[in-house]
Amino acid sequence: MSGVSGIASIAGIGATEFSKESGRTELQLAAEATRTALDDAGLDPSEVDGMVTFTMDTNTETAVARELGMGELSFFSRVHYGGGAACATVQQAAMAVTTGMAEVVVCYRAFNERSGQRFGQVQPAVAGAATSAGVDNSWSYPLGLGTPGAQVAMFARRYMHTFGATSEDFGRVAVTDRKHAATNPNAWFYQRPITLAEHQDSKWITEPLHLLDCCQESDGGVAIVVTSTERARDLPHPPAVVQAAAQGSGSDQFTMTSYYRDDLTGLPEMGLVGRQLWQQAGLGPQDVQVGILYDHFTPFVLVQLEELGFCGRGEARDFIADGAVELDGRLPINTHGGQLGEAYIHGMNGITEGVRQVRGTAVNQVDEAHNVLVTAGTGVPTSGLVLSAE
Amino acid sequence: MTSTASSATAAKDTGPARDNESVHAAAERISAAGESRPRPGRDPVNLPMIHNWAEALGDGNPVYTNAEYAETSVHGGLVAPPAMAQVWTMGGLHPEPAPDDPMRAMTAALDEAGYTSVVATNCEQTYHRYLRHGEHVAVTTKLEEVTGPKRTGLGEGWFLTLRYTWYVDTEAVAEMMFRLLKFRPADGDEPARPTPEPAGDNTADESDPRTGSPILPAINRDTAYFWEGTAAGELRIQRCGRCGLLRHPPGPMCSECGATKPTHLVACGHGQVYSYVVHHRPPVPGKELPLVIALVELDEGVRVLGELHGIDPDEVHIGLDVEVFFRQVDEQVTLPCWRPRTEGK
Ligand SMILES: [Zn+2]
Repeated sequence: MSGVSGIASIAGIGATEFSKESGRTELQLAAEATRTALDDAGLDPSEVDGMVTFTMDTNTETAVARELGMGELSFFSRVHYGGGAACATVQQAAMAVTTGMAEVVVCYRAFNERSGQRFGQVQPAVAGAATSAGVDNSWSYPLGLGTPGAQVAMFARRYMHTFGATSEDFGRVAVTDRKHAATNPNAWFYQRPITLAEHQDSKWITEPLHLLDCCQESDGGVAIVVTSTERARDLPHPPAVVQAAAQGSGSDQFTMTSYYRDDLTGLPEMGLVGRQLWQQAGLGPQDVQVGILYDHFTPFVLVQLEELGFCGRGEARDFIADGAVELDGRLPINTHGGQLGEAYIHGMNGITEGVRQVRGTAVNQVDEAHNVLVTAGTGVPTSGLVLSAE
Repeated sequence: MTSTASSATAAKDTGPARDNESVHAAAERISAAGESRPRPGRDPVNLPMIHNWAEALGDGNPVYTNAEYAETSVHGGLVAPPAMAQVWTMGGLHPEPAPDDPMRAMTAALDEAGYTSVVATNCEQTYHRYLRHGEHVAVTTKLEEVTGPKRTGLGEGWFLTLRYTWYVDTEAVAEMMFRLLKFRPADGDEPARPTPEPAGDNTADESDPRTGSPILPAINRDTAYFWEGTAAGELRIQRCGRCGLLRHPPGPMCSECGATKPTHLVACGHGQVYSYVVHHRPPVPGKELPLVIALVELDEGVRVLGELHGIDPDEVHIGLDVEVFFRQVDEQVTLPCWRPRTEGK
């Protein structure tokens, strides 16, 4: 067990509707999600003294605080690397609460990712930037590899070659997510499940990835309220205890293009997150009842199952084909529908689903979901959480 | 005297856009305020600055720097190069914008309306007379015109026309018309955004076939040798000047021994496909799709990405023997590309 384990909890969650065109500013989305999360926690905005978001978020902590009428903030922090930041925002909050730097911390992420700047399109500016990231991107974007999908596809091809995985193996992740989304009224793909045949028939994005291997693009906002477990016990909902929280960056790490390591079939940064989570929580894969695994592209869901120890290297396709990730399986995953089915809010909507599972209020509730694992963006320096019921 | 430098930015009219009214209102208010208060130059017109400027621009006319010669000229004494007008009122390294600067006010209004990117389109200077050494110059700015929104190659935007006037006391000595385009980037992308991370969109419509200029690499001191190599028809791989470690992509400090004296070797240009993709969508500026992109493991042991040509995408496989060739993208940039290896190994 580590220093933060169990001391902080998620006491409130909030989100806007998930759409393709929100019709309002990103700041409004952030403010609405934050207000909803504070209402859920039974806390007043004036009680917030810390805020955490992504470096990619366009809404400053001060702007969100002003909209909510918050008072003084003693802690504010941001995490880099796109969706890899998701669980790390809660880690930052938990560390602040544990060390006494803040008492109530809001983590938020809001964007018009579909109606505004779409991450799935080629963004020439990221290769030209006069930063180390711009130089890194200059080894892929100008050479034609200019979208996240294409960058993941390069891993996927090698993974298939090494382990004999097929496009159908990736497709089963999409089918499972969409099945879960189909019964979630908040999901964009509510009541719209897909079949494996539809996955196979969907157009190519970047071979070996079909359209249905790629997550949605969404408009929306999510906010999460973190406070001490002690204080959370007096609030309306049972605490979702932050049993473990970790970040990870591997050796020879790039953002989306770690192509120069000896092996191209793993996500060592996620392996590092997993080892820390199990160590902090004093738990192992066998102790987790639900997995909310970051699913911007299906192949990395397989790799995560392997890195986190749910199955051996190259065995995820059998694990999934055997039904382990279904609602009645050994490790139901993405019970809200994931980013493929519910919405792409950079992983933050996965954390709220983890909280609902721990509270016992999820639409696709898993029986006795005592410990839930949540992961953040893959292919980038990343993070993860174990959330537990008391 | 008039000199004009302009870069063509093709534009055609577009229908009314959101936020038009707020932009028009701001334009009217700021134009109505007229000229800003005169902002004095930091130093009077002076010889050292003229010396530096004339040298940098290769202007050897002695009437600017040689007092004896200048005495005998039509000016009867030292004068400053007219094109230096703007130099005298530059704000230095950390300029403090004037509170009544109309350019600042108008660009803020356009930022607010979502037109966050900027490009200068043209600039025209008129010189009324030569400046003499020791004269004190001040400048005013006035917003002359705001037109738009226009649909341009860069995105929807507004053209701002500003007029700068340089004065000595109340006498106008030089003027400049400066036009710039404030635009909303065509693909909604902000030049200064951090590195994005992931999404496809499995609700995607058929993406609009978009072409555009090819994406160019950021090149700096650490990476210039590579791009100079491709331009010269060489695939260069960084080699540590101390321990000999080969490394790609390169960097300024050897991760093995810490040395900061990288050299390079020229790769033989042969390797095998380690992984590859066939990109179909979305469109990639400057590329024809579908496009095969291969991660190639060189015989030297490092991996390099590049387009793979000369083979049907369905025939590509991991392990395929390939060789490098080079494709020039523009005057500065040449990309390494791959094709199946034809000669014996
Ligand atoms: Zn070395």
